[in-house]
Amino acid sequence: MANMAQAVRMALHYAEEHLGVMDIFGEDVGMPLGGVFTATQSLKTAWNSPLDERGIIGTAIGLAMAGQRPVAEIQFADYIYNTIDLLKIAGNTLWSTNGDWNLPMVVKTPVGSGIRGSIYHSHSFDATATHIPGWKIVMPSNPLDAYGLMISACQDLNPVMYLEPKALLRVKGEERIPGEPDDDRQLSKMIDAPLGDRSAWKPQWPALEAYAVPIGKGKVVREGTQVTVVSYGRTLPLCAKAADTLREEGVSVEVIDLRTLWPYDWDLLKSSIEKTGRVLYVNEDTEVTNFGEHLVRRTVEELFYKLLAPPRLLAGKFVPGIGLADTLEMASVPQQADVTQSIRSLAAEEP
Amino acid sequence: MSRPRLLNRDEASSGPTLDRELLVRIHDVMVKARVLEERLIQMYKQGHGFFWIGGPGEEAFNVPLGLLMKKGQGLDYDYLHAHYRQSATLLALGEEPIGAMRQMKNTASDPYSGGRNFAGHFSKKEWNIAPVSSPIEVQYSIAPGTAMAQKRHGGDGITIVTGGDAGTAEGDFATCLVWSSRPANPLPILIIVTNNKWGISTSADGQHGETNVADRGRAFNIRSKTINGNDPIESYNELKEAMEYVRKERKPFLLEARVSRLYGHSSASGANFVGNEMDCLKEFEAKLEKEGVLTRQQMDELRNRYTEDMAASARLVREEPLPAPETIWNHIFAEKK
Ligand SMILES: Cc1ncc(C[n+]2csc(CCOP(=O)(O)OP(=O)(O)O)c2C)c(N)n1
Repeated sequence: MANMAQAVRMALHYAEEHLGVMDIFGEDVGMPLGGVFTATQSLKTAWNSPLDERGIIGTAIGLAMAGQRPVAEIQFADYIYNTIDLLKIAGNTLWSTNGDWNLPMVVKTPVGSGIRGSIYHSHSFDATATHIPGWKIVMPSNPLDAYGLMISACQDLNPVMYLEPKALLRVKGEERIPGEPDDDRQLSKMIDAPLGDRSAWKPQWPALEAYAVPIGKGKVVREGTQVTVVSYGRTLPLCAKAADTLREEGVSVEVIDLRTLWPYDWDLLKSSIEKTGRVLYVNEDTEVTNFGEHLVRRTVEELFYKLLAPPRLLAGKFVPGIGLADTLEMASVPQQADVTQSIRSLAAEEP
Repeated sequence: MSRPRLLNRDEASSGPTLDRELLVRIHDVMVKARVLEERLIQMYKQGHGFFWIGGPGEEAFNVPLGLLMKKGQGLDYDYLHAHYRQSATLLALGEEPIGAMRQMKNTASDPYSGGRNFAGHFSKKEWNIAPVSSPIEVQYSIAPGTAMAQKRHGGDGITIVTGGDAGTAEGDFATCLVWSSRPANPLPILIIVTNNKWGISTSADGQHGETNVADRGRAFNIRSKTINGNDPIESYNELKEAMEYVRKERKPFLLEARVSRLYGHSSASGANFVGNEMDCLKEFEAKLEKEGVLTRQQMDELRNRYTEDMAASARLVREEPLPAPETIWNHIFAEKK
């Protein structure tokens, strides 16, 4: 099966062929590198931009104004902060012009911990992104969703922020992307550029099919009756694994992959929480004014009398960065044991 | 067409002169724009608006710009990424002054933002007028995008971006120079700086080491020029030449226009007439009168007519409703219909 980087690349290839995408750009996005995580490798409309994040976001806005469908990349989310007012503009242009100018643009950027990236290659961006109205924000946790969400993003009439959990970019999927060959090695031979001189090399794209994960729809990845766990991105597989472990201990955990952070699938969350009476939100952005805090607040306000325990948030520690040492990174953001333990204790909590 | 007239012979204004019909037209829109801005200031001072910012003093440059633009929607036409002092450009393109008054009064009928944005913050997709936004200079980061689409599309449509001199200290200005002149894809973009020598209260003298802002183009091999934007004839001719270059060569041009700021920065600095700045309209009218293009009486009548028209429009706007509170939820997202 394809990994997430390959899935993103295949979705972008599909978007070039079928959805009118003519610019995929950012620092080192074109050849020879094809993106620092290879997610844009050998795409025919991918090009290298100046090392200028404001220029990248600004140009994407301009291209969208001119009716194009740009896909812009910020190499690491850590470097998107100096474009924050431009992101705000992209989000408010339709509103401030009373519906006159919509901006069909995608900004993709790798987020979060997991590659020992130290202080400036480990930032999350979900709390900040969800604080900018007018954007749709998606974050896949597996290759198939990565493919389907990118296709939806490239079809949307609005700015879409596509957050790539970098810890998962190399993880292979469990489900096949429609059109991808059965054999992983064959796929790699077809679409991964060789090491060394790539100037004469051309990818052989599989006959990919349209497959869209609708923006705004979450997914139940484990069914359960006693605790609801809501996550996305890197921490989602940790939650799924915890559910499997706890099932053996006799605890039934429902795990929801939010997939879209805005506009999020409240109906799905609500019906699950009404069923279980217990909810834990898990992500790795810093915990103060975390997006999960919003979900906790809404849960309390709307579902208080259905709850058997206070809703909880497991998130990154409120520290200035993630230190390079393995011990520091592990202590800063939720790891497998933290997730499993949090669910276990919530499941055991009695009113 | 009437015979070209020589104006400014003794003052050696640059370039060829313009024919009478065009001079009269430029003058007409300059007066209209001046009267509109003075009306907007009055509305603000009477409490019929919360904030005024606009371009009295920049008409001699902004009117020719609007007249020379290739107006329309889409890649075949010019895109304008304006800043907040360009009502004269909008009027030259054929916009009705009442729209600016509606935006000042933030009525539901405000054609640019539905009561959501400041005065002078124009936006009109139908004519490729990109929305003006308050953070200064961001338009310089955005403009390369429309220019890039136009370059790929072909044809002779160009992108025009304007902003102030103080704002060129922002990184966005450097972004524009870099992205417009990439050897991989030079862009058809006319980069304009209207230099009135001021930030809000901060003089350029204390902050800018470069002799001319236009000199910054040289480092990027961008053709550039500094002109007297207070002279509509020079502005017209220089803009025409610069635009022809960008249209034909599909390369950037940096044009710096020296202009005046006649009512200070905005209502934040009082919006009162500043006596020691050159008034481009006054100068132009003196020339027109001297050359016998228009009489003082004709020009006075024109101004009176616009003053009356706009007073009537302002009265109309005063009665128009504000947007309904529930419209805050409109247009957050565009959705397929
Ligand atoms: C990014 C940003 N910083 C500060 C301001 C506040 N501000 C509004 S106008 C202005 C001065 C702009 O001067 P200049 O660029 O020369 O343009 P002018 O108004 O003189 O035409 C300032 C500082 C702003 N609007 N945006």
